[in-house]
Amino acid sequence: MSKEVRLMKGNEAIAHAAILYGVDGYFGYPITPQSEVLETLEAEMPWNTTGMVVLQAESEVASINMVYGGAATGKAVMTSSSSPGISLMQEGISYLAASELPALIVNVMRGGPGLGTIHPSQSDYFQATRGGGHGDYHLIVLAPASVQEMADFVALGFDLAFKYRTPSMILADGVVGQMMEKVVLPEPRPRRTEQQIAEQCPWAATGHSAGRKPNVVTSLELDSALMEKNNERFQETYRLIERNEVRYEAYHTDDAEYLIVAFGSIARICLKAIEDAREKGVKVGLIRPITLWPFPYDAIREASKHVKGILVVELNAGQMIEDVRLAVADPNMKIRHFGRMGGIVPNPSEITTALNLIMTNE
Amino acid sequence: METKDIITPENKVYSAPRLLNDSTMHYCPGCSHGVVHKLVAEVIDEMGLEHNAIGIAPVGCAVFAYKYIDVDWIEAAHGRAPALATAAKRLNPDRLVFTYQGDGDFAAIGTAESIHAANRGENIAIIFINNGIYGMTGGQMAPTTLEGVKTATTPYGRNVELNGYPLDISRLMAQLDGTCYVTRQSVHKPAAVRQAKKAIRKAFENSINRRGCSVVEILGTCSSGWKMTPHQANLWMEEHMKEKYPIGDLKNNVE
Repeated sequence: MSKEVRLMKGNEAIAHAAILYGVDGYFGYPITPQSEVLETLEAEMPWNTTGMVVLQAESEVASINMVYGGAATGKAVMTSSSSPGISLMQEGISYLAASELPALIVNVMRGGPGLGTIHPSQSDYFQATRGGGHGDYHLIVLAPASVQEMADFVALGFDLAFKYRTPSMILADGVVGQMMEKVVLPEPRPRRTEQQIAEQCPWAATGHSAGRKPNVVTSLELDSALMEKNNERFQETYRLIERNEVRYEAYHTDDAEYLIVAFGSIARICLKAIEDAREKGVKVGLIRPITLWPFPYDAIREASKHVKGILVVELNAGQMIEDVRLAVADPNMKIRHFGRMGGIVPNPSEITTALNLIMTNE
Repeated sequence: METKDIITPENKVYSAPRLLNDSTMHYCPGCSHGVVHKLVAEVIDEMGLEHNAIGIAPVGCAVFAYKYIDVDWIEAAHGRAPALATAAKRLNPDRLVFTYQGDGDFAAIGTAESIHAANRGENIAIIFINNGIYGMTGGQMAPTTLEGVKTATTPYGRNVELNGYPLDISRLMAQLDGTCYVTRQSVHKPAAVRQAKKAIRKAFENSINRRGCSVVEILGTCSSGWKMTPHQANLWMEEHMKEKYPIGDLKNNVE
């Protein structure tokens, strides 16, 4: 039955996938362009079917702290928001990371800075991939490029979050959140029982401490020597994630003379530009990072060895290009950025023009 | 008669609460937190909720509450305890979920979370210690600091023209449809301690029985922050704080 192909928005797919995954709780606050996540969950009333808790909080600050409270009890909990709301959540996200709590945060990015615009953007790349809040930490950051990936990354995000005891983020842009596409939703999975939660999360403050010592979930450690040890443990986890969880897609990189690096919705517009270039005999390939952190440095370095230039296309002023430069680490390589800001999404011909520039001048 | 003959079970009149562990408390002499911790530990034990409780600790002097009372705890960000408690209780509806917060946490930085958790009628118990000062950070003005009182950030006394009025947040809480029980107590005398314990028990029962949100405000003393001896602090609290913050139930919908 769930092999059925349905047509829906990316935001709606997130909501349906959350119910089917057996998420225990969603806490969120309305903000364009992601409000359909909360609206869909409220309309579906999963508390009557799976027992999932859905709550509209009084603010993004409250939402993320509800996520913190729920995650601390071992439950699979999530929130979603858009750029200004995600900025408000950063303190809570830092606490989640510091307390080694699994949780899923969805950011359907809009153009900033400030209140900015409700139109699509990718200008929160730095914020998402560098942690975002205070302290040395990372989130696992997944960048969907389709409604199908919006649905699939709910499960992936939670699986990775629980595997490594760290929050993960779906970093979508407003295009992926708002566009309607065909999607096959995942098979339903029952929510974990209390017994399963106790086994999977022996650290959780479940309030059911019979048979064990009390559990305390905290990010506080005033002894600097111990706090450094905590930080070392976090960093070990991040190195493990970097080794094991890099994900990307490569198109036509084998014979490429020029390489485009792009993530999210804009990567699909780049594919059209690549198709047009190849019709004219110009061999262009694409690497689409799926995990923005951990970033596919090795794949890009490898692909860069055989190309004459690299074009990084983003819906921002040039953020991921810094990681591409780090990956390539060759001062002689032509690495150029093409981006639109403020909610503008370029058409393929603009990318073709940017490609032509990199091919004709230095 | 030898001492060992006197120490017998039938002669026992008092013992430390079982759930209050032997960790050395970081609280100053005369601080009210120790007494309230003791009451929380006693009530949880007496209600048989040792293995059925989730406490939410604040930021402020009680930040280490989790070190002293042997139940599961979550340490919240400053002011956010009611948001954590909301999720913890909704996701674990049969547990006792309580927050333990000071005046800065509950009535300044966390005001939005406090009001909305209470107004939603979350089935949580809030233990709110009001000592009218920020103890942990060195004695600055709290939202509840009385007019004229000198603190590190009101060195000439709280001036309402500059600093606004002291906030009686419990009175506000009592106005909200989601609260079932709002009371103000103190712990400066044995009789007051007994009353405060009853209030804490009632609030915890309301959480277990899902009757709505309970707020137990406890007027506390901070001899270090107030720069008084513990005894002077008790007298000062009695004389000055009760006028603005009178003791007693502000609301009780659960008889």
